[in-house]
Amino acid sequence: MVATQPQRETSVSTRPAFIDCDHHNQWGSPKELFPYLPKRWVEHIETFGLRGPGGGAYPRYLNDRAGAWPPNGRHAGSDPVFVRDTFIEPERCAYAILTPLGGGGSVLNQDLGAAWARAVNDWQIAEWLDFDPRFRASIQLPFEDPPRAVEEIRRLAADKRFVQVQFSGRPHEPMGRRKYWPIYEACAEYGLAVMTHAFGSFGQPITGTGWPSFYLEDHVGPAQAAQANVVSMVAEGVFEQFPTLQFVSAENGFAWLPSVAWRLDSAWHVLKAEVPHLKRLPSEYIQEHVWVCTQPMEEPYRPRQFLTLLEHFGPAVDHILFATDYPHWDADDPDEAFPVDLPAELQQKIYYDNAAKLYGL
Amino acid sequence: MTDTQTARSSNTSTELPLVDCDVHVEVAKVDVLFPFLHEHWIEHIQQSRFKGPTDTAYPANAPTTARPGSRPSEGPAGSDFALLRSQALDAPSVDRAILNCAYAIDSIHNPDAAVALASAVNDWLIAEWLEKDSRLRASLVVPSQLPELAAREIERVGDHPGFVQVYLPVRAQHPYGSRIFRPMWEAIARHDLVAGIHFGGAPGNPPTPSGWPSYYFEEYADMATVFASQVVSLIVEGVFDQWPNLRVTLIEGGFTWLPAHLWRFDKEWRNLRRTVPWVKRAPSAYIREHLRLTIQPLDAPPTRKQLLEVIDQIGSEELLLYASDYPHLHHVDPLDVLRELPAGLARKIAGENARAWYRL
Repeated sequence: MVATQPQRETSVSTRPAFIDCDHHNQWGSPKELFPYLPKRWVEHIETFGLRGPGGGAYPRYLNDRAGAWPPNGRHAGSDPVFVRDTFIEPERCAYAILTPLGGGGSVLNQDLGAAWARAVNDWQIAEWLDFDPRFRASIQLPFEDPPRAVEEIRRLAADKRFVQVQFSGRPHEPMGRRKYWPIYEACAEYGLAVMTHAFGSFGQPITGTGWPSFYLEDHVGPAQAAQANVVSMVAEGVFEQFPTLQFVSAENGFAWLPSVAWRLDSAWHVLKAEVPHLKRLPSEYIQEHVWVCTQPMEEPYRPRQFLTLLEHFGPAVDHILFATDYPHWDADDPDEAFPVDLPAELQQKIYYDNAAKLYGL
Repeated sequence: MTDTQTARSSNTSTELPLVDCDVHVEVAKVDVLFPFLHEHWIEHIQQSRFKGPTDTAYPANAPTTARPGSRPSEGPAGSDFALLRSQALDAPSVDRAILNCAYAIDSIHNPDAAVALASAVNDWLIAEWLEKDSRLRASLVVPSQLPELAAREIERVGDHPGFVQVYLPVRAQHPYGSRIFRPMWEAIARHDLVAGIHFGGAPGNPPTPSGWPSYYFEEYADMATVFASQVVSLIVEGVFDQWPNLRVTLIEGGFTWLPAHLWRFDKEWRNLRRTVPWVKRAPSAYIREHLRLTIQPLDAPPTRKQLLEVIDQIGSEELLLYASDYPHLHHVDPLDVLRELPAGLARKIAGENARAWYRL
């Protein structure tokens, strides 16, 4: 995708209506959320800000995509009317799974983080979910504070328009660690998926070998971070403990998943004595519990290699979810994202059926 | 593919001329380095609680650390020359083997101690290994956390004909493309050595972007992602533009992760190359020219057909190098894999690629 995607005037594609599994609704300024915050926290934010771990900034080279900026001057992704009229309707988006960024998980002040997550969720209900029935949402959580995160899940679980909870790309600990299990227990209880979205950290670098120098590196890195979280969720036995739990990776690409499964299986054959809580091959847990959003779509040099890649997924091809990452500069266009023409059945699965099954839509 | 590999009996061999690009030697205990250490450090080691760098990426009794029969009567696997010779050089018979010593120089915070121990390991490699068998080559070790001092050590021993490579643990305090490392790369390039980026490392920061994983099983599987990050750093920072003859081998990191990584990396480069204008070509083009990968541990797909498809996705038959990773144990024996590959490809991986790469 290029930086300046022209907006299509009419849709001529034959692709199915689709479910967008990574659709960013974003406030332009924290002030837009003040109506949903207690006065105490409004004053706090105005005085001290939303402090998070510093030192991890790689200023985005490109701003949000052309065509996503409302003429009323509001920020891209912040105006539900504009999103509906210029994206949801013309692109035939059947459902958009909302994934705001900065939902409080990485706020250092834990009371503020919990209050902020709650405000973002109430904003999502009032301004998005109540506005259009095609929106579904991700519960924002103070996920480094699991008891408070569970409180927030319980507060919202009856609202079935929330289909999952959202973690950052780099929580403080690998996502399978026991610290987070109370959150997973609540998700299993209420049938919510657990989603990790690229970027955001609790102060750790984007690589396993320190901070890189350039935005380009920060922009390749989420694929590595996501792999470590998949490895952790499998290795810790989360899916043994919560056999109905589903784990979703968003905005991390997807082509790396078969190799992770091969690597884990190879490792398990020689190291299973260390992880006796795993009762099956790691790849089987991945096939049953791990879902991957396509964006940013990997593009092999030769189209046939893309089809080979899909073959390498095996049964996990039913866990590939189409996602645009609207309205970011690198968003995938629903008509042009795939480097090959997919067989019709596969197209239907990836654009729609897989997500419909996961989220009960 | 076969079941988890077992120790080979001496009559098992291969018809292919083999170059083994990863054979491990271990410093059994710090005392073996005393002949190569200044008396200051001997006294320091004897009178303090510092017993040399003991961090290791190979838990002492983990099944992966030593294959059956590879432990000598005394000391860890890979510490006895005669045993290593019989198991790693004679059967299967290899033309050349490249020794790697994973002694955790990079974990030593005291810079003088790091330099002293790196020099001692290199002098020990020369005296106790390289001079004992003409089939051996080795990677010299450096205090990689101190790039200027690493450069000095490369100056000191880099022209020894036995050293073909500089050992760099894949986990480091900074990605290796960082400008911090320029003096080290300059020395590696000047001495026309290969940089061998290897599984492991003890830099003190966690091996994943989400912190420390609980299990060695995870560290083992996660290491491929650290290799991927190093590849990005070297190319984006322009290391290969600055030193166009530089060669880097990724050792013990698997390789089936590479195609998906390159597809993503090439795409990001197309989008963002204006931010790094010195990177003139697609990352995959740099990789084919400047990078090689050893095949053990093989993060292998379930079928040979899929393995060939991955090699097709890599887009070159020149990139893969045979390695036994002796005495470590992995699920698949790479010799069995070579036998299952088309003959021309097997010959390249078994030795031709390494011979050309290391100019053996």
